Amino acid sequence: MTSTIETASETQPFRLEIPEEQMADLRRRIAATRWPSKELVPDRSQGVQLAMLRELARYWETDYDWRKTEEKLNALPQFTTEIDGLEIHFIHVTSPHKNAMPLIMTHGWPGSVIELLEVVGPLTDPTAHGGDAEDAFELVLPSLPGYGFSGEPTEVGWDLGRTARAWAELMHRLGYARYVAQGGDLGAIVTDVMGRQAPEGLLGIHMNLLVTTLGAATAPPGDSEEERAALEAIKTFTTSGFGYFLEQSTRPQTIGYALVDSPVALAAWMLDHDTDSYYKISRAFLDGEATGHLTRDRIVDNITLYWLTGTGASAARWYWELGQAQAKALAAGQAPPEVSLPVGFTTFPGEIFQAPRSWVEQSYPNLAYFNKVDRGGHFAAWEEPELFCDEVRAAFRSLRTNGGAS
Amino acid sequence: VRSKHEDALPIVVCHGWPGSIVEQLKLIGRLSDPPAHGASASDAFHVVIPSMPGYGFSGKPTSTGWGPERIGRAWAELMGRLGYDHYVAQGGDWGAFVVDQMGLQAPEGLLAIHTNMPATVPSDVDKASLAGEPPPSGLAADERRAYEQLIRTYKQVEYARMMAARPQTLYGIADSPVGLAAWLLDHNDADGQPAAAVVSALDRATSATGELTRDEILDNITLYWLTNTGISASRLYREYKGGFFNAKGVSIPVAVTVFPGEQYQAPRSWAERAYPNLIYFNEVDRGGHFAAWEEPELFSAELRAAYRSLRTHERRSSS
Repeated sequence: MTSTIETASETQPFRLEIPEEQMADLRRRIAATRWPSKELVPDRSQGVQLAMLRELARYWETDYDWRKTEEKLNALPQFTTEIDGLEIHFIHVTSPHKNAMPLIMTHGWPGSVIELLEVVGPLTDPTAHGGDAEDAFELVLPSLPGYGFSGEPTEVGWDLGRTARAWAELMHRLGYARYVAQGGDLGAIVTDVMGRQAPEGLLGIHMNLLVTTLGAATAPPGDSEEERAALEAIKTFTTSGFGYFLEQSTRPQTIGYALVDSPVALAAWMLDHDTDSYYKISRAFLDGEATGHLTRDRIVDNITLYWLTGTGASAARWYWELGQAQAKALAAGQAPPEVSLPVGFTTFPGEIFQAPRSWVEQSYPNLAYFNKVDRGGHFAAWEEPELFCDEVRAAFRSLRTNGGAS
Repeated sequence: VRSKHEDALPIVVCHGWPGSIVEQLKLIGRLSDPPAHGASASDAFHVVIPSMPGYGFSGKPTSTGWGPERIGRAWAELMGRLGYDHYVAQGGDWGAFVVDQMGLQAPEGLLAIHTNMPATVPSDVDKASLAGEPPPSGLAADERRAYEQLIRTYKQVEYARMMAARPQTLYGIADSPVGLAAWLLDHNDADGQPAAAVVSALDRATSATGELTRDEILDNITLYWLTNTGISASRLYREYKGGFFNAKGVSIPVAVTVFPGEQYQAPRSWAERAYPNLIYFNEVDRGGHFAAWEEPELFSAELRAAYRSLRTHERRSSS
C-alpha cells in the first residue's frame, strides 16, 4: 500500500447536491408503487408488514424533506480520497480540545453515516454536551466501499480485510499516529479485523456487536441463564431473521435489481433486520412514537441515502465478500490471529443477542472494558447517542491515561 | 382440455415455482390428442391444469394454511367436481410436493401419481445431506452421485429460504418488473443458478422442436407480473414445514421419470424403497428441472408410458 500513499494521497472536499429532478423521480416512483396483498399474519413473522410500509411510503412521498439532511451533512467537513483504487467518502470532524483522541467509527448494514450523526457533537466537543474535555475525540466516519458516497468496487476482493487495511491507511493519511476504532454490525466486523491486523498506531477497539459468536461454527460454552438466553436469541435470528443475510451473501445481484428500481422494495429490505429495531421503527410510523433518535425522519434519511446513491446492490455485495472470506478461512482451517490490543465492549439490551461477559472475554482475552447497559438496540449510536457516547468515552479512557493520545 | 378420444385418462398436472400453467401449455395437445403428435389414441388424456392458490389466475389466500396438503385435497375435489371418477396426477417442483401429498391422502379415484421430482431420499442420507455431513457408508455409485447432487442443491436454495422466512419483505417483486424477473430467473437446476436451460432459452427466439424460447420465459414472468402474484406465490414456501426430498411413505402406485438436469437424479434403489408400489421408473437423457417446459415431446412420451400399464389394468378390471 506504500505506492498508494505516494500516488493518490490527496483528499478532496465533498459536498452533497442532489438535483431536484432526482427527488421528483423518487416521489413519482413511491406514488406509483404497486403493492402486494397484505401479509397473512398479525406480526412480522412473514416480513415487513404492509400497513407500516404504506405509512412509511406516504410519509416519504408527502411529508419528508431530504434537504434538511443534506444541509446537516454539508455542515460537516466531508471528504473523499482514493485508497487502493477506490474512492472513499468520509466525514472528518476535529475537536476544539487539545489532546483529543482520533477515533474511526464504522457504520453497518442497513446503516450509513446517518446512524452516527448524533454522536458527532458529543464525541468531538464533550464540554458542549455535558462531558469532560479530557474525553474529546477527533472523529473520522468513513462510508464502507459500495455504501453511501464511497465508490462502488468494480471488481471482487473488497472484503473485510481490505476494508480494514484501507481504514488504517485513511487514518495514516490524515496524519494520526495513534488512534482507536469503533463499530457495530458490519462496522464491528471491520473493527474486529483491524484489531487482528493491529496496524501501527491503533491503540484499541470498541464494539457493540459480538461478531465472533454470531459467525461462529460452534456454540460458545456456558450454561448460565444469561448464556442460554443469548444462545436462544442467536438461534431465533439464524432461523427466522437470517433471510437477508443468506440472500445478500449468496445472490446480491438478484435482489439488487429490485433495490435500485423500487424505493419501497429498498425500504422493506432495509427495515427487515432484527426484531427489536423493526418494532421500534414500526411504532415510529404507526403510533408516532420514536424510540430515542430513531425517528421517522432519520429512518427515511438512511433509506433515502441508499436510494439516491443507488447502492442497494453494491452494499449487498459486501455480504458476498464476507461469505467468500469466511469460506476461504474455513477451507484453509486457519484461525484468525488473536486481538492482542485492548478491547472495549458494550452490550445493549435490544441487540440481536445480549453478549454475556464470559463470551466477550473468551473472544477477546485482552478485554479492557465491558459494560451492559439498560437501553438501546442494534442501532445503538443512532437510538441512544448520549448513552452510546458515555460508553465510547469510558471504553477508551484507560488508553488515554496510559499515554495514548499524548 | 377434454380429449376427443374415448377412454382418455383424466390427469391433473400441477406446476411449481417459479412456474405457472405456462410451463405446461405444450403438453396439452400432445396429451389430449396423441394421434396428432404421432402417438396412439389409446394414450390420450383429459388434461386439467390448475393454478396453485396464490399463483396466476387463482385467488390469493387471505389466511395461512394453503400448503401442499390442502392444495392436494383441493385438486381431488376439483377432479371430482369435473366428474372424473378415476384419474391420475402429475407434478414437478411444488407440483411434486402436491402429488406426493395426494399420494398420501389417496383420495377415492386417484389411481396413481407421476413425479419428475421424486421424494426418495432415505432418512440417513437426508439427514447427512441437509447437515452437509459426509454420506452414510455403503452407498452405490448412483446413490453417491445423488448425495453429491443434494449437497450442491442445498447450496443454491437461499431464494427458497428467504421466501420461507420473509416472503412479505420482497416488495420489489410486486413493484418492479425487473426485480420480479431477476427473482424468478434465479432458480437453479443441476447445471447452475440461474438454471442453464432457462439462460440458454433467453437466446432462443424460435424453436421447431418445442425447446424453451425467450418468449415463453417472458410469458411466465409476465403472468406473475399481470396477476401481481410474486409475493402471494412466495408464501407457499412459508406454508410448507415438511421435508424436501425425503421419502414420505406414499403407498399408492407411483411413476417416476428421472431427468438429468433435475435437482438430484433419484436412483432406482431409492425410488423402489420410497414408493413400494412403483409402477414405472425411467431415466431419460435430456431435460431438467422444468422438464415439461424444456422437453414437452419427451415429457409427454414419459407420461404415456408411465400410465400405460394402468390403463390396461383399468380396462381389464372394469370390463
